[in-house]
Amino acid sequence: MLSPLLASAELTIEITQGADNPTRIGVPPTGGERLQEDISAIVSADLERSGLFRPVPRRDMLSFPSRPKDIYYRDWSILGTEYLVVSRAERQGSGYEVSFSLLEVHSRREVFARTVNGPANKVRDMAHHISDRVYEAITGIRGAFSTRILYVTAMNGSPKTTVYRLMVSDADGARERLLLESRHPIMSPGWSPDGKQVVYVSFETGRPAIFMQDLATAKRQQLTNFRGLNGAPALSPDGRQLALVLSKDGNPEIYTLDLASRRFTRLTRHFAIDTEPNWTPDGKALVFTSDRGGSPQIYKLTVATGKVERVTFQGSYNARPRLAPDGRTLVMVHRDNGRFHIASQDLINGDLRVLTQTRLDESPTVAPNGAMLMYATKQGTRGVLAAVSLDAGVKFFLPARQGDVREPAWSPFPD
Amino acid sequence: MKTQSLKLGLFAAVLSMVIAGCSSTSTSSGTETGSTTLPGDGVATGTVDNAGVGGSLSGDDLSSIADTVFYFDFDKAILKPESRAALRLHAQNLKANPRAIRLEGHADERGTREYNMALGERRANAVREFLMLEGVNGASLEVISYGEESPAAQGSDEASYALNRRVEMK
Repeated sequence: MLSPLLASAELTIEITQGADNPTRIGVPPTGGERLQEDISAIVSADLERSGLFRPVPRRDMLSFPSRPKDIYYRDWSILGTEYLVVSRAERQGSGYEVSFSLLEVHSRREVFARTVNGPANKVRDMAHHISDRVYEAITGIRGAFSTRILYVTAMNGSPKTTVYRLMVSDADGARERLLLESRHPIMSPGWSPDGKQVVYVSFETGRPAIFMQDLATAKRQQLTNFRGLNGAPALSPDGRQLALVLSKDGNPEIYTLDLASRRFTRLTRHFAIDTEPNWTPDGKALVFTSDRGGSPQIYKLTVATGKVERVTFQGSYNARPRLAPDGRTLVMVHRDNGRFHIASQDLINGDLRVLTQTRLDESPTVAPNGAMLMYATKQGTRGVLAAVSLDAGVKFFLPARQGDVREPAWSPFPD
Repeated sequence: MKTQSLKLGLFAAVLSMVIAGCSSTSTSSGTETGSTTLPGDGVATGTVDNAGVGGSLSGDDLSSIADTVFYFDFDKAILKPESRAALRLHAQNLKANPRAIRLEGHADERGTREYNMALGERRANAVREFLMLEGVNGASLEVISYGEESPAAQGSDEASYALNRRVEMK
């Protein structure tokens, strides 16, 4: 039977490949008040999962400083530690204030000293905030540890008893929450640009229909109810337009729905399959999949002019494009020697690169900082989520303990 | 297009996710968490229909006329000779006994999900067009694609794929 609560497929991380020269970092235990969650362990795991850091195991540490003045640097230089993150929690009202500092071991220089405050039930968020600050100070790239992922799970085998769930969790797989549960398929989840709403396709009415749901209130509305396909919803960067696919006119075409006026505008006119639209970061164009050339390939459509140009030429199957935040790197499903992998293509110089070697890879989604992408793949007969850095140097799995997990969608930054 | 609330066969238990407001901090951290509460806000919850929607449209048994599942080759939507033979029998029956028919199109798991939705629809349309050519009223033939979302066989092998590339007539 369905359990209304959150007992389902909690995700766990399994790192399979890190960067060639990860930065050695020490994150000794948080001092001061005892908290419900282990901040330093969360920070350590966040940084390790990025693949760019190799945290010093706690058991190897010679001392546990929680303030810069308590640091005995030789304890860390002897372990090859390049950076140190020390933190200390103090009670503040009903919550906590955590002071944290990043220090460079070799120069004994303090890179920064900051504080973060929050109530007792937000210690994980405070930890991810610390990870974001440390990551950005060292790499120059904004951290994405405070983001979340949406995904779909399917439990049980036979078509008649499968239970589909739309879930959201932290980017590290923690704090999984149920958004929707159904006996009928749920697919194609995506975020609003402010991260407060989600869109998805649900078959609960007996036909595919697009829904939009508010995360805070769980209120939702059905946006489409046409004959045929109602699919591939993608909100524009300003949140005002929904790109979608409808086949009410006979075959799949890309439309936009203006959310304020509820007006639909048809963008493609072709007897082939046109589907899987995704906006460019400037909102002026869409990339999409079409088999108008005889096999599925990626095309770009400029909204103002309706001009369509082909983007991919390498291989006989390129589909479901997603653009990285730089607008220059396209990621997609690419068939290579009969196998489906995730590939990236540089839209300026055309270079195509296969990023994954797993099996039946699909549904790539790029982190809002452009450093990693998450995708769905198969381990045996089970669907699992995996991640790879855009330079293919870092790889990890997020296998669920049970059920089939698919269609990850990485949230925008939380603010 | 008006907004509709859910009506049919909803098996959805929705938990509202309450995102508490951000705590303000001296470093402008955007910390936020979700906590679950019981459903409340006009969301349909927990009503049940047991089977899928198909199968409840009519009492008579289409499978007594001829096969009701039609299979396709990879990335193809061309009817096989045995499918045409079975569909001719169905067409004769449907002309004599008109009724609403659902044609559910499916794909195997290879390739992307929304592209497979389109492929499933193309297959179901191939069946619909054939029945119409045989004289069946198109208005009685509804096409629904499930893409790769509702496989008949769970394996990731050619035998399972062959069973999953299909149109089911209901």
